[in-house]
Amino acid sequence: MSANSVALAYLVASVFFILALKGLSSPLTSRRGNLFGMVGMTIAVITTLTVTKNWALILGCIAVGGTIGAVVARRVEMTAMPELVAFMHSLVGLAAVFIAIAAVNNPVSFGLPAVLPMGSKLELFLGTFIGAMTWSGSVIAFLKLSGRMSGAPITFGGQHMVNLVLAIVMLGFGLWFFFSETTNWTAFAGMAAIAFVLGFLIIIPIGGADMPVVISMLNSYSGWAAAGIGFSLGNPMLIIAGSLVGSSGAILSYIMCKAMNRPFLSVILGGFGSEGGTAAAGDGIQKTYRSGSADDAAFLMGNADSVIIVPGYGLAVARAQHSVKELAEKLHAKGVNVRFAIHPVAGRMPGHMNVLLAEAEIPYEQVLEMDEINSDFSNTDVVLVLGANDVVNPAANVPGSPIYGMPILDAYKARTVMVVKRSMAAGYAGLDNDLFYMDKTMMVFGDAKKVVEGMVKAL
Amino acid sequence: MIGEVDPTIINLTVFVLAIFVGYHVVWNVTPALHTPLMSVTNAISGIILVGAMLAAGPAESDWGVWLGAVAVTLAAINVFGGFLVTQRMLEMFRKKDKKGSA
Repeated sequence: MSANSVALAYLVASVFFILALKGLSSPLTSRRGNLFGMVGMTIAVITTLTVTKNWALILGCIAVGGTIGAVVARRVEMTAMPELVAFMHSLVGLAAVFIAIAAVNNPVSFGLPAVLPMGSKLELFLGTFIGAMTWSGSVIAFLKLSGRMSGAPITFGGQHMVNLVLAIVMLGFGLWFFFSETTNWTAFAGMAAIAFVLGFLIIIPIGGADMPVVISMLNSYSGWAAAGIGFSLGNPMLIIAGSLVGSSGAILSYIMCKAMNRPFLSVILGGFGSEGGTAAAGDGIQKTYRSGSADDAAFLMGNADSVIIVPGYGLAVARAQHSVKELAEKLHAKGVNVRFAIHPVAGRMPGHMNVLLAEAEIPYEQVLEMDEINSDFSNTDVVLVLGANDVVNPAANVPGSPIYGMPILDAYKARTVMVVKRSMAAGYAGLDNDLFYMDKTMMVFGDAKKVVEGMVKAL
Repeated sequence: MIGEVDPTIINLTVFVLAIFVGYHVVWNVTPALHTPLMSVTNAISGIILVGAMLAAGPAESDWGVWLGAVAVTLAAINVFGGFLVTQRMLEMFRKKDKKGSA
């Protein structure tokens, strides 16, 4: 194919990628959108094949990778989606680094001049360093999300200073790389190695419940890495696709930060929740709470007119989504109006709860976002909080509280509140939750799945 | 135009416009589909596969080809895994859809 036909085919593929994202504006058009994405990718790959050699090697590798991807996609549990997404971000990052190394090694095969001009070096530097940070950051995120590494923030003195120094040294290597007449592998390797280390250091101080921001941010990085490689190779399709992904991740990070009322920078700098614990417990008064059994809770819900269920990360951990569906059906059969209220940061990634409830085949008209349902809590009989904590903490309305200003689900306004929790332990923010001590609140202790199963039996 | 425009400038133009398109398209995504959005963008960032193929398929080959081959494999996991898992999730939203309207 001529260079012009290739460029035109790439343009068509780019348009398909835009349509893929556009499709997600509604569940009705989303599957078609995904199909558009696949078509775009197919066009891109076939077009590229016409300008490369080594077909056997390339197709063989695609077959191997494709098989692994297909098996993983089929087998992964919906509760493990955050891990899968983090894992896939890491692959994009690593691939970007490998491509950049290959381009530095043999620029001619990418249509670049044999001696790299300064501009190309800058672009390769950007692609490599974003790719390397995406890789190592995502690996840490994956380890934390899958429980292979503690989700608690890991902090040490002078952490930010160390990061800053490393970043400056990395830039130094970058400059050395730019201004070397020949290909300076030492500078390139030094820069890449520091970028890998920075990726680790930046993610380790960020704790579990901030993961929705981290994972969105890494999503964004993986897009910028692809765009960076697009710049290096002078390929507009890579730039377009990468920018789409980059802005998507950035918007999701913004939405998540807003839902926690925390500046993006404070989330990224990390360490949240490690020092907040004393502030709330400081009043020294032993507060009392009421606890009940699953049977009591079932009785109350069975006699209610309206129930709102607030799911949180505890639901995902206990894999209770199918039991919850049974509970909702049982209540529905008794004429109870059951709905679900989703806080934007519930779970470990954007939209996590929606997918779990969808997996359990809970009709999506019953699943409402915070803005849609918040005004209804005050005339609701029973709110059932399942493994959520900070997102229903009324302390968010108290000036001076560490979470002051965070938008919450107004569960405390309901006539009766039932909270299913494993213990009285504080939530991620390290704050005590006054909701648990209200007169109208009943605590039901235990694993979310077992408790809900108990409720189903009792109904 | 006076003289020739540096290709980097043209790339920058594409880049900035694409960010605007991304910005407007993504704000329209319904929050319920934010997880599928992440997995489909995962698949789309697998477009880096194209760069990997160029690395794996030059006319005269050296060790860079093997690096490219590994990158092709990694990117292919993303492309297939991303699109297929998105499809699987979106199917779940469809089932709900039918039952909801029934």
